[in-house]
Amino acid sequence: MIEIEHLTKRFSGAASPAVDDLSLAIGTGEICVLIGPSGCGKTTTMRMINRMIEPDSGRIRIAGRDVTHVDAVELRRSVGYVIQQVGLFPHMTIADNVATVPRLLNWDAARITRRVDELLARVDMDPARYRSRFPRELSGGQKQRVGVARALAADPPVMLMDEPFGALDPITRAALQDEFLRLLDELKKTIVFVTHDIDEALKMGTRIAILRAGRVVQFDRPESILAHPADAFVEAFVGRDRALKRLALLTVAEHAVAGIAPSGAPQIAASADLRDALSLLLAENRDVANVVDASGAMGRIVTLSSIRAALDATPPATLN
Amino acid sequence: MTTLGEAWSYLLAHLPQFTTALGVHVALSAAALAIGAAIAVPAGIYAAHRPRAAFATINVANIGRTLPSLAVLALVMPLLGTGFAPSLFALSLLALPPIVLNAIAGIRGIDPEVVDAARGMGMTPGAILRHIEWPLALPVIFAGLRTAAIQVISGAVLAAFIGGGGLGDFITAGIAMMAVPQLLVGAIPVTLLAIGADFAFGMLQRRITPAGVREA
Repeated sequence: MIEIEHLTKRFSGAASPAVDDLSLAIGTGEICVLIGPSGCGKTTTMRMINRMIEPDSGRIRIAGRDVTHVDAVELRRSVGYVIQQVGLFPHMTIADNVATVPRLLNWDAARITRRVDELLARVDMDPARYRSRFPRELSGGQKQRVGVARALAADPPVMLMDEPFGALDPITRAALQDEFLRLLDELKKTIVFVTHDIDEALKMGTRIAILRAGRVVQFDRPESILAHPADAFVEAFVGRDRALKRLALLTVAEHAVAGIAPSGAPQIAASADLRDALSLLLAENRDVANVVDASGAMGRIVTLSSIRAALDATPPATLN
Repeated sequence: MTTLGEAWSYLLAHLPQFTTALGVHVALSAAALAIGAAIAVPAGIYAAHRPRAAFATINVANIGRTLPSLAVLALVMPLLGTGFAPSLFALSLLALPPIVLNAIAGIRGIDPEVVDAARGMGMTPGAILRHIEWPLALPVIFAGLRTAAIQVISGAVLAAFIGGGGLGDFITAGIAMMAVPQLLVGAIPVTLLAIGADFAFGMLQRRITPAGVREA
């Protein structure tokens, strides 16, 4: 869907390029997370996709179309754009903010009104209540919901998101991440998502590109990066607790084994992750817990050794 | 009280001259403000988007602002002579600095994230100016007009020195002849004009401030 080939950008006066011969192929429907330390080129790379920054060399194609062959303004109208500070227009109502791109595309008024209400409802903002409000009347989380609705307005196949949840408190952030993943499940967008938070990257990413000094160090699925960090830099970047982070990506349902635990054993929901399961076993000082699925059925267990087996089993190293 | 009474009698006795002077004063101030705004608002908006031009404009405007009004009028006289037109020219110059400075400050004071979001969604530079920058900068631009209006109304008193007419005629004559009532017939209306303009622009400024950014 998005092909980036040999992309290079050097800012005037900078000793080394911000983005250095970077190539990435992002599939349709993927959430590609760009992550790395400050100055690694992640935001610059993202901003070159909708030509907010023009590359020095290299090529970017969206759905096969070279972005430099399209008018930059037209291009941006077809690519959703969400930034950390949201950038809602303070003098416009929530409805007018969301209507920005449809208006630029000259949709008729009735269609715009319908679309705005539909989108506000989608991001869990009651249209009747919020349509005519102004941005300053909203909380940080609500502003970012509107920011996401505004980016989705013209139904762009590709969205660029620059630390969209970075300015929110941890609870709001987690809630918005979950909601956004649910929303994407229905909408099937191709997303380029910039963050510096490894936990967010592991949670949101279909694949994660770890950048350093303008180059991709590793581009892989979250579980593969945790299981097989490409080098010492990636290993340090994902953190010492990468085994626990891997467990957090695995669900109890997938890795439970048949059996019934002895009476008095703790219970864990099938929808929980293995990190929670391990934590429960350690806290209760037990080797085994009963798994309870959504309907309340039992008959499967999770044990310390089944958790270890899950870590050993997943995932195979991916070559790329 | 008697002085005010005498001033009142003087006013009634010289009503035609007073009305003419008041008319000239208002016309001179309004025209100077309009010319100043027509030049300084576009210039300020232009400069605000170009760091070097903004730097140069801000410095020139700051020098301009420190020049005494009388000096500007005195400098204009040898070049353009005396009368209404040279006075108008000088007063228009006086109006420029506060308007241009506020226009630059107004545009530059907008949250860069807001402009970045507008650009990123595919607004053209013209659309960003019309729909984002102009409405958000307008209250600050208006504050510049307000300052300029007061300066021009008081500066127009000095037009009397170069034959521009206006209420300054009564003041200069009053001083020259030590006639306090005559002086007051010029001074009190000028003060009221300045206060009135300040009030009117203040009201307008609140009116044109977009609802979403208005102080509660």
